Amino acid sequence: MNKMESMSGAKALMMAMEKEGVKQVFGLPGGANLPMYDEFARCNIRHILTRHEQSAAHMADGFGRVSRKPGVCFATSGPGATNILTGIATAQADSAPMIAVTGQVPVGMIGKDAFQESDIIGMANPVVKYAFQPRSAGEIPEVVKKGFFIAESGRPGPVLIDIPKDVQTNVEPMNFPDEFKIQGYYPWADPDIVNVEKAIDMLLHAEKPIILAGGGTIISSAFAELQSIAETLMLPVVTTFKGKGAFPENHPLSLGPIGMHGHAEANKMMSEADCVLAIGTRFSDRSVGTFEAFEKRLKIIHMDVDPAEIGKNQTAQIAVIGDVRVNLRVMIKLLLQRAIKKSEETPWIKHVKETKTYWKENLKLHPGEMGAAKILRKLRELLPKESVVTTEVGQHQMWASLFYDVIQPGTFFSSTGLGTMGWGFPAAIGAKVARPDVPVVDIAGDGSFAMTENSLATAVLEDIPVIVFVLNNSTLGMVAQWQRTFYDRRMIGVDQKSCPDYVKLAESYGAQGIRAQSMDELDKAIKTALSSDVATVIDIPIDPEEDVLPFVAPGTSLAEMILPS
Amino acid sequence: MWAILSILVENKPGILFKVTHLFRSRNFNIDSISVGITENPDYSKMTITTYGDEKQIEQIVKQLDKMIDTVKVEHLDEQKTLFRELILFKIKLSNANDSMEVNKLANAYGGKVHDVKKDSIMVELTATPDQIKAFEELAKPFGILDVARTGVAALQRSGA
Repeated sequence: MNKMESMSGAKALMMAMEKEGVKQVFGLPGGANLPMYDEFARCNIRHILTRHEQSAAHMADGFGRVSRKPGVCFATSGPGATNILTGIATAQADSAPMIAVTGQVPVGMIGKDAFQESDIIGMANPVVKYAFQPRSAGEIPEVVKKGFFIAESGRPGPVLIDIPKDVQTNVEPMNFPDEFKIQGYYPWADPDIVNVEKAIDMLLHAEKPIILAGGGTIISSAFAELQSIAETLMLPVVTTFKGKGAFPENHPLSLGPIGMHGHAEANKMMSEADCVLAIGTRFSDRSVGTFEAFEKRLKIIHMDVDPAEIGKNQTAQIAVIGDVRVNLRVMIKLLLQRAIKKSEETPWIKHVKETKTYWKENLKLHPGEMGAAKILRKLRELLPKESVVTTEVGQHQMWASLFYDVIQPGTFFSSTGLGTMGWGFPAAIGAKVARPDVPVVDIAGDGSFAMTENSLATAVLEDIPVIVFVLNNSTLGMVAQWQRTFYDRRMIGVDQKSCPDYVKLAESYGAQGIRAQSMDELDKAIKTALSSDVATVIDIPIDPEEDVLPFVAPGTSLAEMILPS
Repeated sequence: MWAILSILVENKPGILFKVTHLFRSRNFNIDSISVGITENPDYSKMTITTYGDEKQIEQIVKQLDKMIDTVKVEHLDEQKTLFRELILFKIKLSNANDSMEVNKLANAYGGKVHDVKKDSIMVELTATPDQIKAFEELAKPFGILDVARTGVAALQRSGA
């Protein structure tokens, strides 16, 4: 192709996205993005229609987290753009790669309070990794190239491209550059051999060392490296909730997630450790409880790709800046050179294993047949290990953290930073587009599912058969739990009264709806869903009074967790 | 502590907004800000003064550095930096002696007087924020009618 061929901005956008390997776009058309939509008739990119722009953004997010390539969503100007803001903020909070393309009123109308005009660049600024607003069509190829690079490199994040309507229609000579320069952006650091060496020494001198694996471990796919180091140094592994499944949860060294609703054994061992190798984590309040309790005791080695995370929430004795997989590989190499291999029989490891066994056997669970633990363990038993699981936000999410063990690393995704209710289902649809070969399940609650349930239309009409697994307590359960715990059982604004009927709702969209009221019915429902080629909602009524426990109350330390009585 | 940050940015629209937005959203405060184009028209330099403990200042610098539009971010060492701010005072003249007194005061601080009227006088002062504060204290008894200041401009000294 002649490099300077003339074409419209809209066509250049589609061609530039095709060059980036984009196969599909999740979105909703409107007045200000029609020129871009018209190009779907003339290109090889599939359009997946959503019923709300927020869901389009979550679908792109789910696609991006699973495929590790930016998912793309389209929205029109004004309300279309403001509707995707929650989705963009969610991706930013969880460092997910995404490209959001919005239509904008024509350049000459900007600032005139035109119909469906919103200053989306101004609104989105604090929740994007970067935002572009090309003012001429000819800028578009380079903007797309830079946008994809920014979204997926270093610490990934969402990039917004806001394109005025006349910039979409104007025809200009286009240059599709292979190279570009972004002067103020250095997404990678060199491997840090000096500090990795120091980290090894610190770990070897510790009596009670532990690994804390965060979401960064999953983003950089450092699964094999993490496991190799844990096994070589005999380090027990806890994760953050975002890091859940960075390490196989059926591994003898795995203790599961720490945090507000962490595993009892993980919170206990984290509270006792004297040295932590923290990999790709920002020490969020939900993960570590009060910082003071952490700081007194622990020596911290902090590995992160984002230099601004070092020292933001937690002071580290040793900081290793850079891609965690690269630096973990350096660590493996140095361990090999020094012929370090620890034996299994340290008193610490013995203690860790005893603690783990104790809590596996002694954590009190809901006595009923349809308790959350039994339901999620049944799901685990029947799902192939390579299945991808997303969650909504609420009690079911924390039960999933406690009782659904991730066996194959990197198969569990949740809105952990922003905590966006309604994320899980559209994200599951995006995940299924990325991985059509494996079952994809959204572990949901009734409150959260209600927020984006109209994505059933997308799942059915676009033939994206995901499973929505609804732990239905007819309640905004997590809020209800806090009202029971902290507000003397004054239950305000939480009763959803079994409305809607999710079986009928599913059927009305042309999806499959199954209600499971016993373990036998649940067994059958999961098997039916797995063998069906249509989206399925499994509605599982549960006890509205069941709490998520253990619970580390806000402002307290992990050692002070509330246990089931 | 008080800190002077020197931030080299690409000279594009909207970057001042992003930098100031970062301060707001991260819960930091801007004490003063001055912005101007550099010798190379592709870049602007922002000089921001702010307050915070050492950890906070370090965090501000890192967050600014992380911004894609910032090319270079420096926390300048006060001891090794020339920094000045320009301020204009409009000062009240109440009696015949005041004009001479204000003139003397301005001279003592290396300032210039302008716009001498019957009941007011303007003083232009280029100094450090501390010197400006000292001048302000001494000028207060006359009555300060109005003030406009530029914010700090700062350059690291050669060989520092």
